[in-house]
Amino acid sequence: MASRNNIWANLDWLTISLYVLLVFMGWINIYAAVYNEEHSSILDMSQRYGKQLLWITAAFVLAATLLIFDSKFYVSFAYVFYGATILLLVGILFFGSEVKGARAWFQIGGFAIQPAEFAKFTTALALARFTSSYTFKMENFKSLAGIGGILLLPVALIFLQNDTGSALVFGVFVLVLYREGMSGVVLFLGLLIAIVFIMTLVLDPVTTILVLTLAAFVAYYLFQRSLAESIKGLSIYTAFFGLIWLGNYLLKLGYENTDLLLVSSVLSTAIFTLFAYRKMLKQTLVIPGLYILLVFMTFSVDYVFNEVLEPHQQARINELLGIQSDPLGVGYNVNQSKIAIGSGGFSGKGFLNGTQTKFDFVPEQSTDFIFCTVGEEWGFLGTTTILLLFLALLLRLVVLAERQRSVFSRVYGYSVASILFFHIAINVGMTIGLVPVIGIPLPFFSYGGSSLWSFTILLFIFLRLDASRMEKLSH
Amino acid sequence: MDKFARRKYILGAIFVVIVLIFIIRLFTLQVLDSSYKQYATQNVLRRVINYPARGLIYDRNGKLLVYNKAAYDLLVTPREMAPFDTTQFCEILKIEKAELIDGLNKAKKYSRYKPSVVIKQLSPEGYAVLQEKLFKFPGFFVQSRTLREYPQKIAAHMLGYVGEVDRSAIQKDKYYSQGDYIGVTGLERAYEKELRGRKGVNFFLVDVHNRLKGAYLEGLSDTVAVLGQNLVSTIDSELQRYAEQLMQNKRGAVVAIEPKTGEILSFYSGPSYDPNLLVGRERSANYQILLRDTLKPLTNRAISAAYSPGSTFKTLNALIALQEGVISEYTAVTCNGTASSPIRCTHFHESPIALKGAIRESCNPYFWNTFRATIQKYRKAEDGYNAWRSHVLSFGLGEPLGKEFLGQSSGNIPASSYYDRYFGKNRWNALTVRSLSIGQGEIILTPLQMANLAATIANRGYYIEPHLIRSVSEKEGETHRLAFQRKNTTVAPEHFESVIEGMQQVVDQTNTRYTAHVEGIEICGKTGTIQNPHGSDHSAFIAFAPKDNPQIAIAVFVEFGVWGARHAAPIASLLIEKYLNDSIGSPSRKLLEQRMFDSNLLNPNQPK
Repeated sequence: MASRNNIWANLDWLTISLYVLLVFMGWINIYAAVYNEEHSSILDMSQRYGKQLLWITAAFVLAATLLIFDSKFYVSFAYVFYGATILLLVGILFFGSEVKGARAWFQIGGFAIQPAEFAKFTTALALARFTSSYTFKMENFKSLAGIGGILLLPVALIFLQNDTGSALVFGVFVLVLYREGMSGVVLFLGLLIAIVFIMTLVLDPVTTILVLTLAAFVAYYLFQRSLAESIKGLSIYTAFFGLIWLGNYLLKLGYENTDLLLVSSVLSTAIFTLFAYRKMLKQTLVIPGLYILLVFMTFSVDYVFNEVLEPHQQARINELLGIQSDPLGVGYNVNQSKIAIGSGGFSGKGFLNGTQTKFDFVPEQSTDFIFCTVGEEWGFLGTTTILLLFLALLLRLVVLAERQRSVFSRVYGYSVASILFFHIAINVGMTIGLVPVIGIPLPFFSYGGSSLWSFTILLFIFLRLDASRMEKLSH
Repeated sequence: MDKFARRKYILGAIFVVIVLIFIIRLFTLQVLDSSYKQYATQNVLRRVINYPARGLIYDRNGKLLVYNKAAYDLLVTPREMAPFDTTQFCEILKIEKAELIDGLNKAKKYSRYKPSVVIKQLSPEGYAVLQEKLFKFPGFFVQSRTLREYPQKIAAHMLGYVGEVDRSAIQKDKYYSQGDYIGVTGLERAYEKELRGRKGVNFFLVDVHNRLKGAYLEGLSDTVAVLGQNLVSTIDSELQRYAEQLMQNKRGAVVAIEPKTGEILSFYSGPSYDPNLLVGRERSANYQILLRDTLKPLTNRAISAAYSPGSTFKTLNALIALQEGVISEYTAVTCNGTASSPIRCTHFHESPIALKGAIRESCNPYFWNTFRATIQKYRKAEDGYNAWRSHVLSFGLGEPLGKEFLGQSSGNIPASSYYDRYFGKNRWNALTVRSLSIGQGEIILTPLQMANLAATIANRGYYIEPHLIRSVSEKEGETHRLAFQRKNTTVAPEHFESVIEGMQQVVDQTNTRYTAHVEGIEICGKTGTIQNPHGSDHSAFIAFAPKDNPQIAIAVFVEFGVWGARHAAPIASLLIEKYLNDSIGSPSRKLLEQRMFDSNLLNPNQPK
């Protein structure tokens, strides 16, 4: 009983203050974004700002309710919550209603609930529960399979709803797994693949492979510290390509340069590896493997881009990379968003004085593009402040996660930080034209009950766990 | 205990680095780069659509059937509007204030931020004056459009009309957006893709005072409009106009085809209307009037009317009987006594009678008996019927004919399953379906199909898919000739001569000669009189000429035309004479022409 009374004292009030501050700023900016002379009261319930106040009030009540439960409750019911979410996600495929092409909403009366939002915290709970079990080991195949299952099940179901944005969020759990001991190579490989993907689209496969080849030899040199070896390899490579190219040219076989490059790079790598096998250190063996993987990746980019991605997704990526430009079509949102943010200048145009960010001008102004309003009306000062507040929240969450005694709480804490980070990075990145347009909300800022509540639940379960971090959590 | 604890620094670093990147990006965007501020003060990217002129349509002799005239739409972006002098505004444009207010309200309702049309199709004078004073009216701008104009006022049904796209068309084809024009019927619809060209878009920067500030990104994202392609039609506009004059005040249709090419020379549905009525500001009012007209002038009877071919169909039944070998040219049938039951002969002529005579006299018992022989050649009535039907289908009947005629009826040549349903399997025979022998009963042909039948007989056994467009001009001077399929019938060429002889005798030897015979032209034809319970019988005539080396095949159908020789035959013969001789020769023919001009059959109950 004593511990329950102590909850309020043990709560991390710094995090709560940051939360309240961000929610309040979000509300003010929604007001500015959809401001309407005919309904100028911020409490007008017919407008989005009035409704948002309702959602905020409900979120506070929800937060308080979550704190009343015993922290063991979240541990014991982790799988139950997860299972229930999966059932909802299956159910939505049959009974859900479609909004903007995604069958992601349950319509109950005037309310719409988006189970994918809640899948984030239930999946985090399930993951925390699974990784905290005594038999769990990162190297263990069974454990890895378990993690894969827990993550892929909701992702697959959300993809089926055609809600790609929400499904991508689950990728961020990689950060959590990294903290729990997953090999750093996975992160590094992810980064490499992203770079190769972009390079292939912006440049072309031939240039990309040439760059990769050079990079591989530089890496090889750095590991091996043998200039002679590296140059020998490079000459094998060059000779091979020259030979194959010449053969193709003289015999008029008519193969494309890219095909020749693929063949010659695979063959010469194989030969070089055989040749230098004995002299190689264990780490340097990774280089040819990685190299071949990325070369093949280069060739599959076209296929993935044209066959797997949908036309609107291709267009958004093309627009971002400057491959095509359509300022009133696909690029309209981002272009308007950049004008709005850019026109804010250093200190902004002032509250309610934005000319660009009014409703309709930048579409989705109050939901996905709310950051424009901040940029236009509060300027560089405003955007930086918001970003620093978010950063403070993220770093605070890392600190909180690290001070947990139980693996469950730590994993859950990192999940909260990672999910918030992903939303912030994608959402803000999209409004300033650094990330392709993916429709996911800015935590605590974007208009809408579902997203505000799901972020609130996500955060406050962790705060509840943190408040009783001194207790022994058992399950 | 936790060997990975140090990784918290890496994760923290990732967070910090991303936020730093964002802050640097924001710094360049908001503080260093001033171009965005400029865009914002210039306020608006205006998207001006460049509507290309629609393709022109010429007749076969290079005469214009359709061209374009300029028109100007006035658009407004409500958000940019400032208070203005509405009285002056209305005076400039010569419009009612109510129209302006109505348009503005609609525009505001659509969107305060996106431009929409307030006043459609300003007069060129109004536009000229407005252009100079536009600076007084922020938020308004003008977009030029083109409208159709029909200099000859003919061939309304063939050309079709152009209208604004509806929502379903926009959903089907992303090319269209609200307010665009699209071909709704006729050639305008069938050749929409060729005629429309491609819209271009210009992006302009406009400041708060509605002044152009130049092209956005120096025109980098503008697209150039591509003109629509011109069409060369197969229609002879002289002949078409003549057909329209002859058919005035009558319901029905005329289709004339050049047999060797399948090119349609004349394509008329009556009553018709001036195609210019469905253009411009009065369009919707006129459309409503035409739509409510009990004579249904908007219906294209040439391809959608359900007409019985009547006795004109006997030509085809004769061909089928010859091909099936159940008769020869010399087979004679008595048309009195038991042979005349159950279909009696209504004419007076020698008996027994052979094929040519039977066609000449349109002898019902002859065709009933040969039809029965055709069906009974097979052990089962169903097999006999199917053999007969497949011959009929090979003439292009019972199914849509040609791809250009959107919304055309297939006519009806019922499948045997229809009779199975109606009478029961194996419970019907030649007797049950006897009306088919004289072109009555379930058989339905469109005038286009009747004309195609005439052309097929003229060709002695094949037809080229009938069509209205000969070529499409792709670029200046480059034309692309369209190819059309040749289709052979299942009746061998040698069987046609005796039928054609019979058709010539119709025009030269029967009473029809008074209205259809033309000195110096060997016309072959067949009349049809279709019983009509609603008033006078309908009058049909199919013909082609000259007999050897036919130049024109024609079908004329006149509703309430009393009988074949009364209206359809004279109109067909006049058209043939006009087409082959360029003018009407003898005084008696002139008199006949005048009689056709004058006759009015719009009231079905008037005594005739």
